[in-house]
Parts: sequence; C-alpha cells; structure tokens
Amino acid sequence: MAMKYNWDWSVLLCRPPEADPTGAVEPGAPGSGSTEFGGGLGQTFDTGAECAQPYFDWIVSGLSWTVIVACCAWVITFSLGSVIGVSRTVENRTVRAIATAYVEIFRNVPLLVQMFIWFFVVPELLPEDAGRWLKRDLPLPEYWTAIVCLGMYHASRTAEQVRAGIEAIPIGQTHAGLAMGLTQTQVYRHVLLPVSYRIIIPPLTSDFMGIFKNSSVALTIGVLELTAQSRQIAEYTFNIFEAFTVATVLYMTVTLIVVTIMRFVEAKVRIPGTIALGGD
Amino acid sequence: MFKKTVILIAAVFALAATDGYAAELYGTLKKVKEAGVINMGHREASVPFAYIGPKGKPIGYTVDLCYKIIDKIKATLKMPNLKIKLVPVTSQTRIPLLANGTIDIECGSTTNNLTRSKQIDYLAVTFITGTKLGVKKGSGIKEIEDLNGKAIALSLGTTNEKAIKRVAKQKGLKIKYHMVKDHPQGWLALETGRVDAYATDDVLLYGLISKAKKSKNYNVVGRFLSYDPYGIMVRRDDSAMRLLGNTVLADLMRSGEMQKIYDKWFNPGPTKINMPISSTLKTAFEVQALPY
Repeated sequence: MAMKYNWDWSVLLCRPPEADPTGAVEPGAPGSGSTEFGGGLGQTFDTGAECAQPYFDWIVSGLSWTVIVACCAWVITFSLGSVIGVSRTVENRTVRAIATAYVEIFRNVPLLVQMFIWFFVVPELLPEDAGRWLKRDLPLPEYWTAIVCLGMYHASRTAEQVRAGIEAIPIGQTHAGLAMGLTQTQVYRHVLLPVSYRIIIPPLTSDFMGIFKNSSVALTIGVLELTAQSRQIAEYTFNIFEAFTVATVLYMTVTLIVVTIMRFVEAKVRIPGTIALGGD
Repeated sequence: MFKKTVILIAAVFALAATDGYAAELYGTLKKVKEAGVINMGHREASVPFAYIGPKGKPIGYTVDLCYKIIDKIKATLKMPNLKIKLVPVTSQTRIPLLANGTIDIECGSTTNNLTRSKQIDYLAVTFITGTKLGVKKGSGIKEIEDLNGKAIALSLGTTNEKAIKRVAKQKGLKIKYHMVKDHPQGWLALETGRVDAYATDDVLLYGLISKAKKSKNYNVVGRFLSYDPYGIMVRRDDSAMRLLGNTVLADLMRSGEMQKIYDKWFNPGPTKINMPISSTLKTAFEVQALPY
C-alpha cells in the first residue's frame, strides 16, 4: 500500500521565531485556573506554527558537536594509539604486556558498554568528592566523557595499525640502524615511524571516519550531537524521514571531506615504492 | 442490447447484495481484509500501558483497549480467525512503521498533540497525565522554582522536555539540563545523584518509583507543568478505521467498562502503581462517550 506520509522538508529550515510564541501566562501556575491542569483555556503552549522550534539551528549545533567530539577524540586516539602501538613492539616485556592488555580490553568491549561504564560506573568507583566533581561540578560532563571514551576506544584500534605499520618494515632496517650506532629510540624516530605512519594512512583514514560515525553512540549518555538532534526533531515534528535524511547526508558529507583530506595527505607524504597508491 | 443491460443491472445488484460493506472498504480495513492479518504495534516498557508481561506477551491498559478494537474489526469484517501480528515499536519507529504499513494500530503511551497529527491520527483520549518532578525525599524540592541552580534530567524529544524548558525560560530559572535517552537512564541519573530531579509524565514517575530499589526514598512533587493526553494511533485520512476505533472506545466509556479496565491496571494494578482515576480523566470519559 502507498505510504501515508506528509513530506515537509521546510521544517529543517526553521529559525528562531521573531517573538517568543509562548505567552505570559504560565501553564498550570498555582491558582491560574480551576482544573487539575491549572490553566484551562488560559494555558499557553507552543503555537501551531510550522516552526515551533529552531530546527535548523539544532542541526547546525548537532553537526558542530559531532565534529568537535570526533576531532577531540581523534587527538586522544592518535597520541595514545601511537604510544600503545609502539609499546607493543618494544623489547621490554612488561611494557608490551601492558600495551597488549590495553588493546584487548578496549577493543573487545562494545563501545556502548564502555560509554556507560565511563559515565555511570566510574564516578561511583572514585572517592566521593571526585565522583561528585565529575557528576556535578565539571561543566558538560557528558561531552568530556564521550571524548575520552571514544578516544580510548579508537586508540586500541590505531595502536594495532601503528604496530602493523612498524612490523611491516623489514627487520634489517632496524638492525642497520642499530649497527650505525643509533639508539633504540633513534631507530624508532628516524627509521621506523616515518615510514610506518606513511604506510598506515589508509587504515587511519577509515578509523578517523569511524570516529565520526561512532560519535553518534554518545547520544546514549546525553551528548546532543547530530543523531541526537535528528531524533529530537523527529520527536518534535514527527517528520522522521526528513530529519534522518538530513543526518545521513551530513554524515556522508563529513566523511567524504575526511577522505578527501586524507587522500591529499597520503599523496603528499608518500614514499614511492612503499605503498600502492590508487587514483593517480 | 436490452438483454445486455438487464444482465448488467442484475450483476450490479447481485454485487451490491453480496458484497455490501465490502464494496466500501478502504484504507486499513481493506488492507487487513486482504492480508488476513492485523499488525498491532506495541511499546515494550511503557508500564502499565503496554509492556512485556511475565509470559513474554505485551500486556497493559492500552493493549487491552486495542484488543477490544481488534475484536470489533473481526466482527465487522466477519473474520473471526483474523490473525494478530504483534510488532514491538519504540518512540522512534512508531511513526515510520505506521506510515509505511508495517503496523496498523499503535498501542502505547503516545501523547496526542496537534503537531503530530499532521502525520498520524489519534483515537479518543484514553488517559490524561502531565509533567511532574521525581525527586529524592528530603531534597527540599517542591516545585520547579526550587530547581534554580540545580540539575534536572530530561528525556530527549519528549513533551516533558519542552514543558520544563519553557517554564524555566519564563521564570528565568538557571537549571542545568542533562539529556537522557530513556526513562531507565533518567532514573539512574537521579539515583546516582547526577541530577536533583527527573521530569516526566507523573504516571511514569509513579511506575518508576514502584520499580525502584528503594521506593520509599523518592516522591513525585510539583504542579502539572504540561497537559499530556494519551491516544491510540492509527493512519491518517482513514475515517472508517478511526470511526470504528472511536465507536469501540465510546461504547466502553458509556457502559462504564472503561473505568473497570482502568482500575484493573492502575488501582492498584499489577505493578502496584496505585493511581485512582483522576477527576479530569473521569470527565474525559464522560465527554467522549458519544451516543449513537
């Protein structure tokens, strides 16, 4: 049967109304009416106008938070992932064990569960004052939690890529470096890492895109990112298909931009012969 | 020529006589008749409106009402063995699934408002509630004004969220909002002290308290901050289905059976929610008990 649905794309362009549509009479104010619901006919609610709320601004705000959360998380991912990834290749057994444990724990526990643990469980495990600070005094606790959680989750994946990149370099190069009198650190700094980072740009790209998409999980702890705002618009207007279509298009746009930038970086820094580069 | 016309007229009469109502069927009733099955959409955790009972089947106040409507559909279509397919829905999926025909009727706790009516139609109002605050006892919070400088959890996209933000804006209250995905999370935020209050429909607050670990530590406070009438949803532009549903509900309201079904679920109800019928809802039943 044909779908019964009133398409209305215009709700997506709603801006804040010129004047506040809500009147001076507060609904249900004590003594303002006779019924249980206080106001009776005097109740003022959102007007029937198409644009009861600034939905356009909600989308813009949602998109900005998606980008902010994903980019901040990526800073953690990249730095922590590099440290862990390098740690997995060093000779010291303890360091390697710690790094391996990190990767296995953060990679194997579902992101949604990690989000809940960081947000609901960690503050309860801390001393009362610290827990209270996390819950009440820290501004925007859900955003910080989401950034840390996303960053640490993806760091486990980036770490594996860094390790793979380092291990892809023939061991002879390390030996050659050491034979030349370089220290272990210098071998990493001047021989291994410059090459391995270039090799792993393609998987890093998909991981960076993954962060953008996974940032939508943060809505479960109250981060008002793009998916959350789309849901919000869908609930307010019931124009569900429009709200989620715009979210889909925006996610695709953002990831396409990421791909384009990374392709550019890849082409700029590549070392001929180390990586098969498509598209040129 | 004359003979042909007679045959044609006879055929038309025969069709009219045998098919009667069927010739007029359209929309949901036609779809149900052709498919031999009605798809009932239901919520899974809207206690006690529509939730999964001990036997794994959806039960509840609204579910009971939906079964009464389906009985009437069976009688109207003369299909006593009409199959009922149960489809779980969430607040996000209920509209698309109704619009695209996956479900034919939605039974849950959906607020009937005019904006939403652009996409779907509601049957008569079956329950009336409004936004109140769930707080910890001893917190000293009695009204929304007491939340100035404090934190409140709000469920994303609900009419409650709108109501709280509107009143806070009007009164110039500085309240920290914490958005949550669903009721259990809002309650968890209150339990763990992340917020000082959780705002939602008062009936849902009583339901949450009745299921809380330490029920005695919480209570519901404040005046009603919004007016939320619940309704069963059907597809839009389908007067026949809507009339059928409203006839069933009007019959129940007129005969007093509606109040009995209400008492079964709310007074005290299987979840011990203990909510005697409010005077507003009682009046609503009286007003909506339309005569034939």
